Amino acid sequence: MPETIDQIFVIVKHWLLGYVPAEVQPLFSALLSVVPILVVFPLLFAITTLLERKGLGRIQNRYGPNRTGPYGLLQPIADAVKSLTKEDVVPHTADEVVHFLAPLLLVSAALLGYAVLPVGRNMIVANLNAGVLFFFAVGSLVELAVFMAGWSSRNKYSLLGAMRAIAQMISYEVPLVLASIVVIMAAGSLSTVAIVKAQAGYAGIWPHWFVFTPWGFAGFVLFMIAATVESNRSPFDLPEGESEIIAGYYIEYSGFKFALFFLGEYLGMFATSGMAITLFLGGWAAPFSFLTWVPSYFWFFSKLLVLIAGFIWVRGTLPRLRMDQLMNFAWRFMLPMALLNIFIAGVWHFMPAGLSRWLVCIILVAAPCILLSRGLKKEKKLQVRTYRFAE
Amino acid sequence: MFGEGLLKGMAETARNFLGSYVSKDRLTTVQFPEERVAPIEASRNFPFLVYDGKDWQQGMRCVSCLICEKECPPKCIFIEKSTDKKPDATGKPQFYPAVFNIDVSVCMSCQICVEVCPFDAIKMDVAFELSTDNRFDDLLWDKQRLAKSNEYYGKIHPTEAAAVDAQLAEGRAKLEAKSKLTTEAKAVGAAVPSAQTVSGVTE
Amino acid sequence: MTVAFLILAALTTAGMAAAMGLRNLVHCVLALTLGFAGLAALYLQLGAQFVGFTQILVYVGAVAILAVFAIMMTQSAGSMTRPVFSSAWLTGSLVAGSVFAVLAWAICSSAASRKMLPPEPQATVHQIGDALMHRFVLPLEIIGLLLTVALIGAVVLAMHGKRETQ
Repeated sequence: MPETIDQIFVIVKHWLLGYVPAEVQPLFSALLSVVPILVVFPLLFAITTLLERKGLGRIQNRYGPNRTGPYGLLQPIADAVKSLTKEDVVPHTADEVVHFLAPLLLVSAALLGYAVLPVGRNMIVANLNAGVLFFFAVGSLVELAVFMAGWSSRNKYSLLGAMRAIAQMISYEVPLVLASIVVIMAAGSLSTVAIVKAQAGYAGIWPHWFVFTPWGFAGFVLFMIAATVESNRSPFDLPEGESEIIAGYYIEYSGFKFALFFLGEYLGMFATSGMAITLFLGGWAAPFSFLTWVPSYFWFFSKLLVLIAGFIWVRGTLPRLRMDQLMNFAWRFMLPMALLNIFIAGVWHFMPAGLSRWLVCIILVAAPCILLSRGLKKEKKLQVRTYRFAE
Repeated sequence: MFGEGLLKGMAETARNFLGSYVSKDRLTTVQFPEERVAPIEASRNFPFLVYDGKDWQQGMRCVSCLICEKECPPKCIFIEKSTDKKPDATGKPQFYPAVFNIDVSVCMSCQICVEVCPFDAIKMDVAFELSTDNRFDDLLWDKQRLAKSNEYYGKIHPTEAAAVDAQLAEGRAKLEAKSKLTTEAKAVGAAVPSAQTVSGVTE
Repeated sequence: MTVAFLILAALTTAGMAAAMGLRNLVHCVLALTLGFAGLAALYLQLGAQFVGFTQILVYVGAVAILAVFAIMMTQSAGSMTRPVFSSAWLTGSLVAGSVFAVLAWAICSSAASRKMLPPEPQATVHQIGDALMHRFVLPLEIIGLLLTVALIGAVVLAMHGKRETQ
């Protein structure tokens, strides 16, 4: 019985495919795999906008939206109506074709990443042999969309925001990919299904997730920081900081295109969180061995919700990073840390299992962390201040 | 080194988040218009005319001295003095304003009219839910709209109203005492010559 | 000559032709990116997953961004006022035609065009990694060295520039 609930979507899909003639079955199979993704994740986006506003409100000692519907639950619908009915203003000197295509490219790139996320047992859209590589390849299309948005608006603030956004994104793509290489090394495959399978065992009641190893934990932290940057989220939202550059590279967009940018950003956030769950948190595996009767997609989505809550929490806590602080952090801390993490994962692999490899690896993770963060702090060279008082 | 500052910050926000469901001072929002903050006594919005007693035309304190109209900086008070007199609260016949209009869209709530009024006839109101849908006509308030009772004044500005009432009562008591003295003196003066004439006649 | 191949080839050719022919520089770069994506799709259609995805990751994700940065830094994206076709188009087309003829002769007379469609290549990522680390380790190390030298050179140039401005 638990297996039936677990595989309910797969069973329903096969049953529906039985009604379709054999020639169009591949097409329908693809459609039936893709349409749930297109339905579920935008719904999750709508729920997340509400959760974020209410969560941020509670963190900031206020209610979130609570007038539209009970506890503000109909607020996403109000937002959707607003963004659909707003006038679509395109600047006169803007490049119309590129201006139109930029949000489309962003959303398409964000949606393509879901093809390799195993949402549950046997529930993946495309079990590619090089799944993780596909994910990062598609993630790099986002930068092009950001450039298109910033350039086509013919607005110098928009261009400035786009330049900053692209610089930020390509700087943090390197630690993102390097942090995932550790997992690929440990699992021995680029396929996401194989990576989840490599984390499927249990030692007693504790799971074998990669996050419970020193290099896995460091990799997870690095991956999550880089994921926050890739989706331009606070505290790395300098390109779109509302108090700084108004809306950055999508300043000239209004109405539905603006909503599409928002959607694309959040979808990217979900996709990267989903990849973090797949790589480090065991995918759809249950956290304890006595909980394996709960369906696998439930675990995936609850882990996703926990990560989203983490994103909202960090957004409500930390102030925005300046551009040079951001770049320093990427190239002087994250990149060396990610490279050392690969070395540490190698050490872990070749040492015999036991307490010694835990100690060695923990020291090898902690020492560079301390040294690199000390190195970051030393940059502040305060000048001698001379005060001139008014005569 | 390991980001303890960040973790401390996150712990603080978590405390805020969880505390907002439990304690009131971690959720300081007052859900207007269902809940309201306690009104502050020294607040002010737009002026109103005070009347004593029940009849707003009879008991209105304003005697149309035109001082507030002259002192108003944006000139938003428009008064027309009446031609006849009516008895005021103490019974003395006074002029009264036949027309008293305040253009609220111009009024800047500076309270100068209140400060210069010698009769405590115009005071500042605190009502702020004043939105209308006609920009010009509904924002020119006439005498009837401006007239509010002394009890209302006492409700919105208790200490001020008590002071004004005490002052007015003192003034009225002094006036009564003076008039009693003069009537007594007149009575005595009337009695003495009558006594004298009576005595003169008898003599 | 499947339908997929025809569509992808048309897309790639159109992208590259547009990259040569368009007036606006940014449009040229975007058309070039479309051509790169078309190439990646052709690789995928041939079954080379690793190469296809790496093509997207490297070309679209890095090379196109590099071109885009170059345009943004120099801000020379105004429309060209000169005509697109140069005066030496006859010589240019002769050279291009001869290169095409040589390449076509080489491909048609090579062994690949005579065989039947080969079976699905077994070059999984595992085998590529294996080959890189065992058979082709020397080219890998030399390329790594080259890249490191280029990186150091770029940093030195940038630092030199910064010291000059300071």
